[in-house]
Amino acid sequence: MTAQPAPASFSGSDELTGFVTMVDGETAHIDLAVEGLRCAGCMAKLERGISSLDGVSKARVNLTSKRMAVEWTGPSQTPSSIINAVSGLGFKAYPFDPDRLEAAADAEGRGLLRALAVAGFAAANIMLLSVSVWSGNVTDITPETRDLFHMLSAVIALPAVAYSGQTFFRSALAALRAKSLNMDVPISLGVLLAVGMSLFQTFSHAHHAYFDSAVMLLFFLLIGRYLDHTMRRRTRDFAANLAALRAETATKLLADGEAKTLPVSAIETGDLVLVKPGERLAVDGIVESGTSEVDQSLVTGETVFARAEPGTVVYAGTLNQGGVLQVRVTAAGQGTLLDDVNRLIEKAFAVKNRYVALADRAARVYAPVVHTLSALTFLGWLAFDAGWEKSLVTAIAVLIITCPCALGLAVPAVQVVATGRLFKAGILLNGGDALERLARVDTIVFDKTGTLTMPDAVIAGDQVVDEATLKLAARLAVSSSHPLAKALASAYPESSPVDGAHEEAGKGVVATLDGAELKLGSAALCGVSDSQRDAAQKAAGFASLIWLARENGEVLPIRIGQALRPDAGETVHVLQAKGYRVEILSGDRQDIVDGVAADLGIASGQGGLAPADKIARIEALKADGHSVLMVGDGLNDAPALAAADVSISPVTAVHLSQAAADAVFLGDRLAPVITALAVSRRARAIMGQNLWLAVIYNMVAVPIAIAGFVTPLIAALAMSGSSILVTTNALRARFAGGKA
Amino acid sequence: MSVLVYLIPAALLLGLFGLGAFMWALKSGQFEDLEGAANRVLRDDDLPEDQREHHDE
Repeated sequence: MTAQPAPASFSGSDELTGFVTMVDGETAHIDLAVEGLRCAGCMAKLERGISSLDGVSKARVNLTSKRMAVEWTGPSQTPSSIINAVSGLGFKAYPFDPDRLEAAADAEGRGLLRALAVAGFAAANIMLLSVSVWSGNVTDITPETRDLFHMLSAVIALPAVAYSGQTFFRSALAALRAKSLNMDVPISLGVLLAVGMSLFQTFSHAHHAYFDSAVMLLFFLLIGRYLDHTMRRRTRDFAANLAALRAETATKLLADGEAKTLPVSAIETGDLVLVKPGERLAVDGIVESGTSEVDQSLVTGETVFARAEPGTVVYAGTLNQGGVLQVRVTAAGQGTLLDDVNRLIEKAFAVKNRYVALADRAARVYAPVVHTLSALTFLGWLAFDAGWEKSLVTAIAVLIITCPCALGLAVPAVQVVATGRLFKAGILLNGGDALERLARVDTIVFDKTGTLTMPDAVIAGDQVVDEATLKLAARLAVSSSHPLAKALASAYPESSPVDGAHEEAGKGVVATLDGAELKLGSAALCGVSDSQRDAAQKAAGFASLIWLARENGEVLPIRIGQALRPDAGETVHVLQAKGYRVEILSGDRQDIVDGVAADLGIASGQGGLAPADKIARIEALKADGHSVLMVGDGLNDAPALAAADVSISPVTAVHLSQAAADAVFLGDRLAPVITALAVSRRARAIMGQNLWLAVIYNMVAVPIAIAGFVTPLIAALAMSGSSILVTTNALRARFAGGKA
Repeated sequence: MSVLVYLIPAALLLGLFGLGAFMWALKSGQFEDLEGAANRVLRDDDLPEDQREHHDE
């Protein structure tokens, strides 16, 4: 039994059984998200270490998704013992909720890869035959051999197109059924017409057939599709890992008094859960027994703790600061705060003008233009008495040559490269079009608590006690698991614990040093009078107090507060220098917000805002024509994150906020916000260049096609040339935003 | 030109063989963790003790 959300050292015997699936009757399987996995050495060490454990039959690390699968038989191992073994090797592992582990085998990705392989095989072999025909056409190929080669090409191309083209055909059909056009309609039309016309030409002994163009087109487009899919898959994987790292578990008290750690998804209304000091609540509920103070800053932005006693309603996302609580889980949908927030988020998403991704906008212009051009070509050649056959061939050639190889690669290739670059900088994107929206931002709105400030408490800078007192207090604090004591202990990492110190749950630490008794903890523990406490609290402003009773009878308050992120000032300064407008919107009190705003040099800081007020302010900014980036972490920020044009959350944010945000950044520093903006601007510029390259290519190629000069050879060169050009250009996004 | 009767089937069969090998690799999960695979080749715990380079612990 140990505190969440740092489950690196589970010690109970089987409280994690909710995370285990049984492979067959005997073999147990658990998936772990592993933090700190970077290199081959780590991987080897981890696999060797775990598979040498008694009873473990399989320990396999997936370095791409940073996960490990472990299987074992018999009672010698439990999930907790395995997680402990992993942390013994120097890594942090978090169990995966099997309900969340959606189809680990990536069926869609495999399907695309299979289609890609078939198209590649067919393209290479048909090209082999086509090159022979092209060179034979200018030398001495016999008509019989040419027909044979065209027949062979048809035999390869027909099944290949039928198999590899399905992705496009299905999506085109769906679009047509919905009476709309997407990129896949001209693609499907182009490919099918090219194959059909080539069949006709094969049987009429023509010099040219376009089998190679049709298959090569599919091959290039499938590369684009696969890149697009890989990127989305990757961000989904990391989102799932994050969810596991956030340790969304709850300790359920069973009827027989036994405690069991379960994924939140397994907790039901009416269950009784145990919330230990320092643990974050994973559910909404009503306190059944125990008294404590809860830190609601993630929920309301308010930094002063709220009291919790039997009958108090407590919310998911709040942090238990004091004693042990037993909480009866209440139904969602009972007008709880979480519920209000959820409703606001839904509303915000509904109102938000969905940004139309660049590629979709290009497709909207592209499809009608191509169809019109092709139809005009057909009619034009007919008008010049070229005969319907020649007219049709030319019109189809126009369809083939305009088919968007480059267009299909232009955006996904840049997205893949840019998200890879961002990932190295510790930023995980939720979707590809977030890049484009980030690039348009001109106004940045920060939440204060947990975003500009560190998520955990630290000792305040303005103490009323001297350094020696703090050091003494820190030695006591080492023996406590209370968050305020932890803040004190982490300020003096070299502190050695006092022998015989023991923690009185929910009160503080008592110890004997050199024959005198020392106490560190609540005012009540140290025997502080109410009037003395109120006076000290008033002097301390909004910092929290922890009391130290010294050996000489002196009782002193130590202030614990919130610290700005180490580079908050610098980040805000850089952003302002780059011309971004920076604001603070916080749920905390106005005077605290004013203080922070002054420290950071931000002109506009509003405090005391409810979630709906934050949305109102963001809507006002948007109405003024600004494009707003919201950076926030709290439950109270989630609706604002959804309402902003684009949003970023720190990794410490509550789950709901991460779900509403477009990107998540890791680490204590705020600088990833700058990187995200810089990389996205660069990526957006390269996407634009790529689309222009595609347009220029078409402006050169289309007149040639309309004039009827496009041979399969020219089509092949044009397609592969433009695709390679666009992909190479995309690689430049790797260098955006300075060195990784 | 009768040589084509052998060469074309040979070329196609070789290609099909490659395609089959890829499909097999895909099916047996070899594309699940490309980054891991790139790093696994550097491991030497399959070597006898005295031929290993000790650097990772």
